[in-house]
Amino acid sequence: MEHAVATAHAAEHEHRTSTGLDNRKLVMWAFLASDCLFFGSFISAYMIYRGRSPSGPCPHECVLNGVHYDGVFNIPYTSVSAFVLLMSSLTMVLALAAIQRGNHRGLRIWLLATALLGSVFVGGQYFEFTTFYQKGLSLSSNLFGTTFFVLTGFHGAHVTVGIIMLLSLLLTSLLGRLPASDSLTVELTGLYWHFVDVVWIVIFTVVYLLPM
Amino acid sequence: MATHQEIEPGGHAHPGAKEYVLVAVALGFLTGIEVAVYYIDAVRPWLAHLLIILSAVKFFLVASFFMHLKFDNRLFSSLFVGGLILAISLGISLLALFHNLFV
Amino acid sequence: MATTVVHGVPATAAPPQTRVYRGIWSWVTTVDHKRIGVLYGVTAFAFFLIGGLEALLIRTQLAVPNNTLIHPDLYNQLFTMHGTTMIFLVVMPLSVAFFNIVVPLQIGARDVAFPRLNALSYWIFVTGGIFLNLGWLLGASPNAGWFSYANLTERAYNPGPGQDFWALGLLVLGTASMAGAFNFAVTIINMRAPGMSLMRMPVFTWMTFVTSFLIIFAFPIITVALIELTFDRHFGTNFFNAAAGVDGDSLLWWHMFWLFGHPEVYILILPAMGIVSEVLPVFSRKPLFGYAVVVYSGIAIGFVSFGVWVHHMFTTGLGPVANAVFLTTTMAVAVPTGVKIFNWIATLWGGSIRLTTAMLYAIAFVSMFTIGGLSGVSHAVVPSDWQQHGTYYIVAHFHYVLFGGAIMGLFAGIYYWWPKVTGRLLDEKLGKLQFWVMLIGFNVTFGPMHFLGMDGMPRRVFTYPEGMGWDLWNMVASIGAYLMAFGVLLFIHNAAVSLRRGQPAGGDPWDGRTLEWSIPSPPPAYNFATIPVVHGRDAWWLMKHPHRAEREGTTDTDRVDLQVAGRHVGVVETPDDPSRESPAAYEDAHSLGIHLPDGSWFPVITAFGLTFFAAGLIFGMWLSGIGLLMMVFGAYAWCYEPING
Repeated sequence: MEHAVATAHAAEHEHRTSTGLDNRKLVMWAFLASDCLFFGSFISAYMIYRGRSPSGPCPHECVLNGVHYDGVFNIPYTSVSAFVLLMSSLTMVLALAAIQRGNHRGLRIWLLATALLGSVFVGGQYFEFTTFYQKGLSLSSNLFGTTFFVLTGFHGAHVTVGIIMLLSLLLTSLLGRLPASDSLTVELTGLYWHFVDVVWIVIFTVVYLLPM
Repeated sequence: MATHQEIEPGGHAHPGAKEYVLVAVALGFLTGIEVAVYYIDAVRPWLAHLLIILSAVKFFLVASFFMHLKFDNRLFSSLFVGGLILAISLGISLLALFHNLFV
Repeated sequence: MATTVVHGVPATAAPPQTRVYRGIWSWVTTVDHKRIGVLYGVTAFAFFLIGGLEALLIRTQLAVPNNTLIHPDLYNQLFTMHGTTMIFLVVMPLSVAFFNIVVPLQIGARDVAFPRLNALSYWIFVTGGIFLNLGWLLGASPNAGWFSYANLTERAYNPGPGQDFWALGLLVLGTASMAGAFNFAVTIINMRAPGMSLMRMPVFTWMTFVTSFLIIFAFPIITVALIELTFDRHFGTNFFNAAAGVDGDSLLWWHMFWLFGHPEVYILILPAMGIVSEVLPVFSRKPLFGYAVVVYSGIAIGFVSFGVWVHHMFTTGLGPVANAVFLTTTMAVAVPTGVKIFNWIATLWGGSIRLTTAMLYAIAFVSMFTIGGLSGVSHAVVPSDWQQHGTYYIVAHFHYVLFGGAIMGLFAGIYYWWPKVTGRLLDEKLGKLQFWVMLIGFNVTFGPMHFLGMDGMPRRVFTYPEGMGWDLWNMVASIGAYLMAFGVLLFIHNAAVSLRRGQPAGGDPWDGRTLEWSIPSPPPAYNFATIPVVHGRDAWWLMKHPHRAEREGTTDTDRVDLQVAGRHVGVVETPDDPSRESPAAYEDAHSLGIHLPDGSWFPVITAFGLTFFAAGLIFGMWLSGIGLLMMVFGAYAWCYEPING
């Protein structure tokens, strides 16, 4: 009975659109396009200041003004966390596939998995940053610290918001209020999550791996 | 009961779980190669080019398959790619203006 | 021949509205685009008066040399807030007022795509605008110019909270603009009436569309710049810190700011260009000359506007290559702009001209904007700019395009659409007087500034010495400013008289061409009793004169493909009978089977939350905490609120 009501409710909301596409999906893609400019600006600031810090910790081993610094980056460590985030995109898309097939248990499992993997990523970043801090890298240490922490910090904030959204969806589903007809909500959360993953693909390459 | 797959105008059929896992495996593999070439001294002169290509392929895989752009209406791709191209162009222009383009 | 009701959803008995608000609360919780548009217009006009007062104080101080009326630090705050207010709190919101009122009506829709998001945009504008002006109460308004150049804005050189009001205020306001831009972009893409293809949309809607994308792509850049500035000031980062041993680059701010700032000026002018493109044809009784060219020019301006920003930085020593490249792109952006001017002139040419006040303002736009554009072209030439930069010549240029252009275009819109919104006409005699006072006052104020600039008077100075040859024109300019103020007062008088006892306007007082004139004035809450079917450009004109198929060759037996959720469901063959105004003009939505979304508290709660969150950085983190809670509560409640729409 609730199902039929929910379906009817959803049908009412299926207003005619000029393109046949859902308004909310369109706005999510427009938002992601704008977010490209947001992250692009922070990445540009990082790239502009690359190699221009006169002092302080460097990404990789360096000598600045006669002072030797060990590199702060731990590539194997960051590779693992990058891999974790990539796998969270897989679990996300499996969550979507589950709800599209009406498999609510599958949805909840994969949503939880995505949130957990995302949390592992954020936790890993937190741990990574404390190590950097102990090596002398901070927001104010030098240009590298400034641009690195602000860029990755805002990325981490995006991931955190994503985790909150995933857990909210999980809770909504557990309360029985996320019907299969409302799979678009999961799809849109997924788009946001994959975008955050895709930004990390760029950051991992440009910030961690790209040589001077 | 709307449990079947709604296909939007301009869209095609979905990949299934198997395809998604394959894409994930490819992504993991590509990440592994990225890290590997980072450590191989012999390719150092080409490292930047290789990394950019590899990350671009990963980007494309996630956007096309996980974000479903390959199967969806072209309008979504246009929107996203438009923003992306603008961001990349502005970034490159800024780097050129700061004389830091190839560092 | 049967007329088909086009809803896409079978007409069922609409559920009664569950939340009904009355009186002032109906305004606080409204999600109706027409009401939100009125709110925007009134609030923007209030800020116009504040910004105008700031201008009058500036001009009074500058009327005579060596004046001591205003202390230099206060002067810096005045010109900073004048610019910031006029750009972000007046021209943009006035444009958005028209986006709100007009665009859904022009495309035959019942509302925008996201009505609550629309309300959110307005309430953030209000709270953000008030927050931005709070500095006045503390004697510490922003004082580093509307462009806020680093590193003057770093904590070391600007320790008070003024710059924080600026940076945080604009961060807050930016979210409002972005939310609005997303809303209108999706509305225009997705909510057009059947038969209204993109190339059949009115030009004002087209310019709204282009402006929305400019906002979507440009505002993230200023957001990042403002975050970087705020972090520099509060969290010890070094984005713009040029101190020795740190080696940050102040120039990074300039680039980030102008990467946003240049598209921003096109955000300011394109809506007014759209208004002019509506007004000129109606009062020439001719279709817009070269519709497609005007549309493509607007799109071209949008694209090229991202490629010219360095022309604000020709004097920063970027080198001949950079200067030459941006000289070229800046010349290029003038081309589509010039093309539009010619199209507007050609629209007037041979037309049956009615010189209503709206038409006078539209014609003034074309001429004043051209003057401003010409001085702009002279700025594009780098060596010429090296003399003009930082002088009153620049002040003259941007006031000609922003006041002579944008503001006059917006006034054209006010006189044109006032009857549609209020159901009453503004007085034409008063209007024409007001127009001439404004036009003359404007030219008396800003015309001489070209001479002052060429004679070397720098801008952003609180006074000037005697004997520089600047005394006369400064006095003249100040007199002009008071004349402009009188013009504004005349407008307020006209508005008040109209609201109290203005002549009632019907649905179509101007014999208009576009769909907003096909419904009563003021429109019913649901806009159209029956969603119209569109058969060509100037859809209302076609409905009124079906035997005159305009250049497209469309006729009234145009077959329109009907899609619901992407599936072809049928074909609509006939236009509605255009001669009757909506017969259900005074039927309410419920009896027509139309359900409108209920009002909502959550936009206004979320808006206050966002502003408190930002303000906490100045007033204390406890405020940020409260703001965060309000935002989270507002957002969640919003997501789970049924909208019945």
